Amino acid sequence: MTAQVITITSGKGGVGKTTAVANLATAIAADGKKVVCIDGDIGLRNLDVVMGLENRIVYDIVDVIEGRCKLKQAMIRDKHFPEMYLIPAAQTRDKNAVSPTDMIRICNDLRSDADFVIIDSPAGIERGFRNAIAAADRVIVVTNPEVSAVRDADRVVGILEAEEKGIPALILNRLNQALVRNNDMLSAEDVLDLLGIQLIGIVPEDESVIIGSNRGAPVVSDPKSRAGQAFRNIARRIQGQDVPFMDLDQQSGLWGAIQKLAGRK
Amino acid sequence: MNFFTRKRSAENAKERLQLVLVHDRTDLTPAQLESLKDDLLIAISKYIEIDPEAVQIGLERDGRSQRLVADIPLRNVSRRHAG
Repeated sequence: MTAQVITITSGKGGVGKTTAVANLATAIAADGKKVVCIDGDIGLRNLDVVMGLENRIVYDIVDVIEGRCKLKQAMIRDKHFPEMYLIPAAQTRDKNAVSPTDMIRICNDLRSDADFVIIDSPAGIERGFRNAIAAADRVIVVTNPEVSAVRDADRVVGILEAEEKGIPALILNRLNQALVRNNDMLSAEDVLDLLGIQLIGIVPEDESVIIGSNRGAPVVSDPKSRAGQAFRNIARRIQGQDVPFMDLDQQSGLWGAIQKLAGRK
Repeated sequence: MNFFTRKRSAENAKERLQLVLVHDRTDLTPAQLESLKDDLLIAISKYIEIDPEAVQIGLERDGRSQRLVADIPLRNVSRRHAG
C-alpha cells in the first residue's frame, strides 16, 4: 500500500472542513479502504467529536511527536469501520508543538500502512495550515457560496499555487438551491468562475448534517441524506472513479452547466 | 426593499468578489492602482499626446492569472504639425 495524503482546508473557519473530513473518510472506509484521519487543529480538537470517538482518546499527535507513545497507540479505531482510524489533535496551547517536518514524518510512516491519509487543516493560513499542507499529495479546498468564504478560499488557492502544491480541487459546501434559483446565492458556476479551479463536488445544505454531528455519526451513513449522497460521490471521485454530478435542480440546466464547467463536457 | 426593483443579491456578491479578488491576488489596493495609472499617463505623455479623459486602465482576471489592460487612445498629431 502507498497511501495518498489528502489535506482538506478552507481559509475561513466554519465552512465545513471537519464535517467533510469525517464524511469523506467514512465513505472511503465504507468502500473497503484503509483510512487514517489526522486532526491538524492543535489546541482546538474537534474531529474526534464529529466522528463520535471523543471517549476513546488516550494519546494524541503531540504525544507521538514528543515520543510519549508509538504512532499506532495514537491511532483510534472507529466504532463501525475497523479500517478507519483517527489521530487526534492535542489540546495544548503551544502552537509550535507540531512542525511541517513532524507532519511529513508521520504521514510517511502511515503511507505504507493505509490507502488514504486525510488531514483536517485548521482555519487560517498560519502554522497549523502550513503543517497540514506540508505532507499533502493533494489538497481540497472547502468553501461556502458566500463572499467571505470565497474570498478566503481564493487566498488559500493563491498560497497553494505559490508553494507549488498545485491547483486544489473545490468542494462547494452548503449550497441552497432554492436561494440560487432566486438569484440570492452565488451559484456553483459563479464560484468556479471566480476561483478558477476545478470542482470535485457540491454538497447541498442539509439539516441531516447537524443531526449527524450531534450524534457523532457522519451523514454519509444515512442513505436518505442528500448531503450524504454528495459526500459519497466525492469519496468515489477521490478514489479515481468518474461519478456524474448530482442533479440539484430538476427545473434548470444546472447539472449540464456544472458538467461543462468541470470539464466533463 | 421592493421585490420588483431590488437587484438580486447574487449579482452583487459576484461583482464585489470579482473586484476584491483581483486586488487580493495582485496585492494592489484601488488607491495604488489609481496612482499607477497616473504615473503611466505621465510617462506616456512624455512621448505622445494622449487624451487623459478617454484612457481606460484596469485589472482583468483570466482564470487564475491577472492582467493589466490599458486602452489609451492617441490624439491625432499630424494635424498639429500641418497647422
